Amino acid sequence: MSGGPEQTIRVVDLYPEVMNVYADRGNVIALRARCRALGIGCEATAVGLGDPLPAEADLVLIGGGQDREQRRIAGELASRAGLLREWADGDTPMLAVCGGFQLFGRFYRTAEGDELIGTAVFDAVTVAPARGAARCIGDVLAQSGVEGVGEVVGFENHAGRTYLGPGAEAFARVLHGHGNNGDDRTEGALYREAIGTYLHGSLLPKNMALTDRLILGALRHRYGDGGPLPAIDDIYAERAHRTAATVARERGRSYPR
Amino acid sequence: MQREPTLRERGALLAGRGAGEAVRRLGRGGGTALPGLIAGALAPGLVEALGAQLGQGSVTVTGTNGKTTTTRLLAEAVRRSGLEPVTNHSGSNLERGLVSAYVDEAGPDGVVPDPARSLGVLEVDEAALASLLPRLRPRVAVFLNLFRDQLDRYGEVDSVAEGWRDALLRLSGEVGDSGDGDTTLVLNADDPTIATLGEVARGPAQGPGQRPTMTFGIEDRSVALPGVEHAADARFCLCGEAFEYEAVYMGHVGVWRCDSCGRRRAEPDVAARDVELMADSVSLQLDLRAEGPGRTLQIDLPFAGLYSVYNALGAAAAAHALGLPAEAIADALEQAGPAFGRQERFTVDGRHVRLLLAKNPTSMNEVARAIAGATLGSDGPSVLLAILNDGIADGRDVSWIYDADLEQLVDRTGSVVASGTRADDMALRLVLAGVEPAVVEPDIAAALEQALAITAEGGWLEVMPTYTAMLEVRELLATRTGAAPFWRTAEPAAPDAPEPSS
Repeated sequence: MSGGPEQTIRVVDLYPEVMNVYADRGNVIALRARCRALGIGCEATAVGLGDPLPAEADLVLIGGGQDREQRRIAGELASRAGLLREWADGDTPMLAVCGGFQLFGRFYRTAEGDELIGTAVFDAVTVAPARGAARCIGDVLAQSGVEGVGEVVGFENHAGRTYLGPGAEAFARVLHGHGNNGDDRTEGALYREAIGTYLHGSLLPKNMALTDRLILGALRHRYGDGGPLPAIDDIYAERAHRTAATVARERGRSYPR
Repeated sequence: MQREPTLRERGALLAGRGAGEAVRRLGRGGGTALPGLIAGALAPGLVEALGAQLGQGSVTVTGTNGKTTTTRLLAEAVRRSGLEPVTNHSGSNLERGLVSAYVDEAGPDGVVPDPARSLGVLEVDEAALASLLPRLRPRVAVFLNLFRDQLDRYGEVDSVAEGWRDALLRLSGEVGDSGDGDTTLVLNADDPTIATLGEVARGPAQGPGQRPTMTFGIEDRSVALPGVEHAADARFCLCGEAFEYEAVYMGHVGVWRCDSCGRRRAEPDVAARDVELMADSVSLQLDLRAEGPGRTLQIDLPFAGLYSVYNALGAAAAAHALGLPAEAIADALEQAGPAFGRQERFTVDGRHVRLLLAKNPTSMNEVARAIAGATLGSDGPSVLLAILNDGIADGRDVSWIYDADLEQLVDRTGSVVASGTRADDMALRLVLAGVEPAVVEPDIAAALEQALAITAEGGWLEVMPTYTAMLEVRELLATRTGAAPFWRTAEPAAPDAPEPSS
């Protein structure tokens, strides 16, 4: 056998040491495993505070963090907003989760009234209610309009309420759960190939269609075109997805009409 | 502070007792919370009434991991010192659990049997501590560690620590600086979030009137990990800089320092040295620092894992702060036996079963490390039954299993069975870690049967359940082996499994 895989995607994992509060590592673990199953190379670079951004990226990941962690990275992240927006405009797939999603919007206003400036990859703003207000916590079932993704399952836990502007669309429509703000049925944000979402942690392991969509986008970004990925079943991921969907239907918040 | 229980409080205690007996008679569990819930609703001052009766005062034990075991070890040291522990040994650790413990102990007059010799040894939930601390005014408050745990229930780690700091400041404000009746803080020197609680409570004025502290920690770099674990939570100092570590013992717990503000881990008052980890026990040298010559004790701790050392240290430091004799401390650590579901052992049809509660990323890491490092039998590696439930007490959100390093089980375990309400999530996590389960069976009873069937006679089955899964599988095991139900596990259990063969 000769060498490694024919195609390799370059993944940039932003601040994994800081932004990892809700098991966001699960997304990287699932991405690597799926690439291995598909015979695609996955070269992930962890970017810590103070590290330079790599010159190129085919997929950008950022996870969630508490206010304290968000404050730590916000300044440096905002200073790189230009490049990140350029990447997003160039159809680089991105997955920004929870606190990372909030900082990929225009700003996040904390409960204390501090305004953390975001990268504005998404035309979205997030405002945290006063301390003591109910958090948006629970199982989520949503339907995504992103090609090939379909039903998405996950768990959300956030205080901030996010509102989308005209320049962003929702990543998904909430069937059970709160989503961005508990009012307008939107979940996350979508701008070209960039996805923001409140579904944390084990999102990619049990949403294989989304994982494949991100990998396909990354391949297209690096190699120009890319046909559909080979259909390889993952029975464990499918079962975990089905269980989570059932759980969300049974006990996820019903959306007010 | 001494006061008699009021008529109303006595009535409430009787009503609670009746409720507990009814629950148990109906076979609906231990009634460890309901009596307290009912009694507490009828008479809101019961926590204070309990506190007022305890002639020897009380100790609170809080932290993310190790509360139940530490409480058990400390209660045993209290008992062996000739005092009467009043304790919520069933692990019911909200206000209603404390009141339930009172309901259990109190006679018809609402008074505990021997108030003068009674000492409260009370496990307290992390989130409940802030409200209970000022009402109990314990002699000693033990803080074990703070890790991410059930974020859907507790909120973020920072807000738990903030609640503790506020409560300690309020306690200082109420008690004043006289030092009279002051609470001694027993703090884990190796967990920076815990260690810095001392300075918060102490306030700006150093010197006389400082809140007394007793710190504990591990002094043996040979048992350190190669680096900070993924599941670490306190990566940053109060001043905002990242911590540097000279040694990491688990998660973010170790020999830490901040190069920016100069805060650093101080040498602990109670220390474990010469730590030797074995398949199902730990030997260590326990140093108790004191005015004058300290004491050094050789301890054979009958529990596996470095996390067990921290539980033993927390109990020993609290006992030391109470002034209990060193011999009573040593005997308690060696002979108290496991709390329910925490390294409890059973023998079923000639198979040895060890129950290792794993309820959050750090706890699962430590349990996986203990399993991976154990060669309990000579008949090949143990079978593993991993059970993930998503009840309220487990945390509805199961994504935390991705923060645990299950990768360390690769090639270090025999056949694996995944079970629980979220068996499919457990199986997927294991597969992604490189450990494909042989069986996925959500029903715990059926999974236990299959796991026992895979286990060779004379071999070992390791059971790694979340909290409600532990209660369920323990009941199944207790039924099959005649072990006591969990609410009657206050007394040291007779060992019911033979010593492992290696």
